Amino acid sequence: MYLLNRHQRHVVNYSWMLFSLLIIAFLPFMLFGGLYFKSFLLLKTHTLKDLVFSHSWHPSRGEFGFYPFIVGSVWVTLLAIFISTPICLLTAINVTQYAKKRFLRIMHPVIDILAGIPSVVYGVWGILVIVPFISRYLGPWFGVQTMGYSILAGAFVLSIMIIPFILNIMIEIFRAIPTELKEATLSLGTTKWQMVKHVLLRKALPGIIASVGFGLARAFGETMAVLMVVGNVIKVPHSVFDPGYTLPALIANNYGEVLSIPQYDSALMFAALILLAVSLFFNLLMHFFIARYNKY
Amino acid sequence: MKRTLKAEETFFRVLMNLTTAFILIILGIIIYSVFEKGMKAMSWEMLTSVPSGGYYYGKGGGILNAIVGSLVLAFGATILAFLIGLPVALYMNVFLVRRKRLVNLIRFILDLIWGVPSIVYGAFGFTLMVLVGLQTSLLAGIITVTLFILPIMIRSMDEILRTVPMGLSEATYSLGSNKSELAFKIFTRQSVSGIITAVLLSFGRAIGDAASVLFTAGYTDNLPNSLMEPVATLPLSIFFQLASPVPEVQARAYASALVLTVIILIVSLFSRGLGKRYHKTKINF
Amino acid sequence: METAIRIKDLNVFAGKTQILNDINVEIPKNEITVILGPSGCGKTTLLKCMNRLTDLYPELKVSGEILINDKNIFAPGADISKLRQSMGLLSQRPYPLPMTIYNNIAYALKLRGVRGRRKLHLLVMDYLKQANLYEEVRQRLREPASRLSIGQQQRLCLARGLAVNPDIILADEPTSALDPISSRFIDEKFQEIKPHFTIVVVTHVLRQARRIADNVIFMYMGEVVEQGPAKEFFENPREEKTKSYLEGMFN
Repeated sequence: MYLLNRHQRHVVNYSWMLFSLLIIAFLPFMLFGGLYFKSFLLLKTHTLKDLVFSHSWHPSRGEFGFYPFIVGSVWVTLLAIFISTPICLLTAINVTQYAKKRFLRIMHPVIDILAGIPSVVYGVWGILVIVPFISRYLGPWFGVQTMGYSILAGAFVLSIMIIPFILNIMIEIFRAIPTELKEATLSLGTTKWQMVKHVLLRKALPGIIASVGFGLARAFGETMAVLMVVGNVIKVPHSVFDPGYTLPALIANNYGEVLSIPQYDSALMFAALILLAVSLFFNLLMHFFIARYNKY
Repeated sequence: MKRTLKAEETFFRVLMNLTTAFILIILGIIIYSVFEKGMKAMSWEMLTSVPSGGYYYGKGGGILNAIVGSLVLAFGATILAFLIGLPVALYMNVFLVRRKRLVNLIRFILDLIWGVPSIVYGAFGFTLMVLVGLQTSLLAGIITVTLFILPIMIRSMDEILRTVPMGLSEATYSLGSNKSELAFKIFTRQSVSGIITAVLLSFGRAIGDAASVLFTAGYTDNLPNSLMEPVATLPLSIFFQLASPVPEVQARAYASALVLTVIILIVSLFSRGLGKRYHKTKINF
Repeated sequence: METAIRIKDLNVFAGKTQILNDINVEIPKNEITVILGPSGCGKTTLLKCMNRLTDLYPELKVSGEILINDKNIFAPGADISKLRQSMGLLSQRPYPLPMTIYNNIAYALKLRGVRGRRKLHLLVMDYLKQANLYEEVRQRLREPASRLSIGQQQRLCLARGLAVNPDIILADEPTSALDPISSRFIDEKFQEIKPHFTIVVVTHVLRQARRIADNVIFMYMGEVVEQGPAKEFFENPREEKTKSYLEGMFN
């Protein structure tokens, strides 16, 4: 009935599992090694300091200054985090402490759908709604003339994209606080709000910080949606209404021409390496932060 | 003192309700604007034909190439990721069940690579292609997307397999089964609906991601017919059509976005229906 | 004998299942009353009704009256914060607030309206001493309370419970998670402070009940089977169920 006997099947299954596991275990090293290997060419002729802090980006002249892209990425990411953190925090408290239990059951699919919407669709929505909103209302209101394609537009779209991600973690954190702690607090005679403010927020603080850190890492590498609304002008932005350029957008926009200019592919791989490093760094940091804090 | 507290609480409760409403409204606006704009340019032709000559200047045709391409690519990547992912998840929960530290290390690595942006996978896939002399093709796309969805697939399955009770393993062993039989016969059957949810989740990610296929899958106006040929994908087709200065073509981009959104909604609806009992509420640090 | 808490026709439902069924009890002032019964009999729910912690569980429907100082705590407009402040709670496992050891007590004091750094400091020290914790923690008052051992945490919670200046102390199996020495301390402490407080202790440990109880309320399946002075209860139980419980038929 079977091609192999029981023991042989066990061996096949076992080696298949082990092989798959090895792929996974080496993937991060392969990613890092591969990208480092490719950007090595660039690092040989340019110092790291030059690459990161130089303003001038002229691939055909062999000048690769990543500063405008790094600044653009940092602006968009931080701004997005500033927008979505309070929204997520307030909503998480509302959903877990104040709203009826039934409401959480509505919220879960909402979060799932928001998380599932593809990046490109967020970009389309940004072009349809956010960009005109900024150029027609927000810009003039601040007395600025803008096309709408700007750092702010990128940050807006990005902030919506990371809401499901951060909110999900925060909800879990507040749900994980034991009811007994709430009972102990209330029995001291606090009002519900005092309990939330003085005890729950403090208890949840490490988790809240971690969720923001994870959100930050995620936001930094987001490509398509930001690319579609951020303007893609290679210039260090001076205001949030200025167009900007982000590292992921740099990679995505120029992949087609890489082979025509020497070192260009190497430069793009270096940008990818920065993204990888930032992502790994923040995720590692947050993991250790949580591990450390959980000891207490 | 009491009164200021009360006022403070009222203020924040209003604020909380506003932010909650904001999230719901934003989702509403996204869905609405995609549907509203998308339906205008939607036609039978869009869904059933490939781009004809001059499509990107407003001539006739559709995005069938991208719809089929995306589905084929996502199917391929999901199957490949399943073939690698399921054994890993099983191995972690059956063979390494006593080695808690090792399992946690693997989970940690998986969570790390889950966080890596898809554009990095794209760049890495590109490097890999150049290394082995592969052109932009369906195969290169599938491999890249597989790497990208692997951590998602494994961690989601892992969360399900973790919940299989110890007693079930003991009962199976006591019947004389070995570990791989326990893994492939009992664990998979016990967690089948959760595994399906994990697969659908990964499929949704695979079909929606643009940045990883940008370098690797290429683009074509034809239907996919070979693993070694470039393939069109929906996210990229949206992206390219939007870049056109012609309003009709831009309108078609919205229609394409609608198609992609509907596919995603269907997939997530399916996975909710199937995996209701196993809904993953746990968060991985 | 004065009555501190009078419970009249208390019913609690969780959905369709009845958790408490027509509870009518009187808890005498300045004595230790033990609510005894096998696990799942509703004794913890009864305790939580007394300071309205049942409000936290929207699925619970409570009807009836609980009178404290002749005021119904379920009456509309009752000041719940005040009510809870008049009762210190000690739960099964200690739940220190996520603050320093010092602030765990200072927070309770501030809630009760104590102002001024010096006054706060003196009172914190005083309560730490009352809970027999002062010597152990005086070098580490600014450390997070979560670093204390379980026994120390429970004593901190006792100090915190006393710090709200309550008339009543509610304790829900307060020693079940503790080591024997900490357990004995809690039991002895209850005896010591009895003249100033009405103490209600929930337990399913018969031995503990015998040791500390002045009065016993015996519950089974959501109903009060028997209540009365401890001596009478243990030596001369009226009900069949009580007898079999005392003989160890349930555990």
